Amino acid sequence: MRPNDRQYLKSHEWCKIDGDVATIGISDYAVEHLSDLVFLDLPAVGSTVSAGEPFGEIESVKAVSDIYSPVSGEIVEVNEALPDDLDTLKADAFEAGWMIRVKVSSTAPDLMDGPGYDQHLAAEQG
Amino acid sequence: MRETVLKSVHQALGARMVPFGGWDMPVQYSGILEEARTVRSAAGLFDLGHMGRVRVRGGDAEAFLQRLQTNDASQIPPGRIRYAMILDDEGRTQDDILVYREPDGDGFFLVINAGNADRDLGIMRAQAADYSDLELIDQTDELAMIAVQGPKSEAIVSKITDMDLTSVKYYAWARGPILGVGGAVSRTGYTGEDGFEIYLPQDTAVRAWETLLANGKSEGLEPCGLGSRDILRLEAGMPLYGHEIDETTTPLDAGLTFGVKFTHDFVGREALERIQAAGGPTRRLVGLETESRRVPRQGYPIVHGGETVGVVCSGGASPTRGKNIATAYVPHHLGEPGTELGFAIRDKAEPAVVVPLPFYKRAR
Repeated sequence: MRPNDRQYLKSHEWCKIDGDVATIGISDYAVEHLSDLVFLDLPAVGSTVSAGEPFGEIESVKAVSDIYSPVSGEIVEVNEALPDDLDTLKADAFEAGWMIRVKVSSTAPDLMDGPGYDQHLAAEQG
Repeated sequence: MRETVLKSVHQALGARMVPFGGWDMPVQYSGILEEARTVRSAAGLFDLGHMGRVRVRGGDAEAFLQRLQTNDASQIPPGRIRYAMILDDEGRTQDDILVYREPDGDGFFLVINAGNADRDLGIMRAQAADYSDLELIDQTDELAMIAVQGPKSEAIVSKITDMDLTSVKYYAWARGPILGVGGAVSRTGYTGEDGFEIYLPQDTAVRAWETLLANGKSEGLEPCGLGSRDILRLEAGMPLYGHEIDETTTPLDAGLTFGVKFTHDFVGREALERIQAAGGPTRRLVGLETESRRVPRQGYPIVHGGETVGVVCSGGASPTRGKNIATAYVPHHLGEPGTELGFAIRDKAEPAVVVPLPFYKRAR
């Protein structure tokens, strides 16, 4: 069961909205599936993100993947320590492994709640 | 998609399965880097059921092989194995293979790549029409293939066979009982470590896998997937078809001339001789090492002085070197170790330096 205090994209990003600020990261499933992480590229504070568009890249020994934003808005904070400590993602993808905080102007139309995302994962794993 | 007889065993072990060469194969169990380290320090167990296996028999077997492939089959002693390639008339690589001469001298046994097996068999059957005393038997469906790779391999494999493994030297093989059933063991592999590839009837494969895993635990044996096999073979400087070699490369480009003997009339020989007479290939296969955290990957451009000069064949995070490594084709004059090049990833160039191949050589 994934936390239900936030919403998810099918591409495995989560966002937790508190007031008008969304904290964004990727799910434990995504981290587990990528395995052996080697690189994370996050944007700078002040840049803007668009719902459904990539805002960063994460690379594992197997592949490079885009990270998609669940919301549109301006980045107000970046987890600067995370790219140098990718083990944090493995240990705690939903809290300490957050990536960016965004002042939200709009959200993606296809966000799922926790049970909805769990269902999506079950379907994806067949 | 084809499945090996061990698929349900992999799933029970928590393997992640991926398509490879038309087969549904385990890419990893615990993790690619951890599995690679296990093979270097202890031993890993691999399902290689996807590899093609072909028996070649009859009085014309040697003559057939002399035409088919680049190594000199007449010079392979019984019970020995050689690396070779199948080329087309232009010298372009159709597959790389291992040629086993039967220990009793009666013909040969070939191990070919899964993704090329159908094409190889087509080439073989077409050429076989020229010979009257020749039998080609595709044994891929009747035999299972399992590898044990790593410094502890001999101790582990000796638990399932009474064959004297010490006398099976590197690139040699023997037929004999495995778990009481007729099989074969070769001292070969694709990891740069000591190890064995084991051939046995399909209906013995699950028992052999489970017996090896249970008895090998004390030696540190772990199941390993194709992900770790790929980085291990890259560290060891071994080519992978579809990466370092394919229908656009010759053995001269790839530096694989140790597998080519100009002593016999193989398909592609004249083309290779023409290329050599004209001064040899214009590019070469090199090793690259980078301080970057980005992993060079197949297809990334190699850049030098703002120009694209080559392309990455394979890349990966090397657990043994602690750096990211790659193979690439570059122009001859940029292939000397120490040459500083770059690899381009999404329009950004990351630095890399040419290093000698292989990246890893085990102490013997």
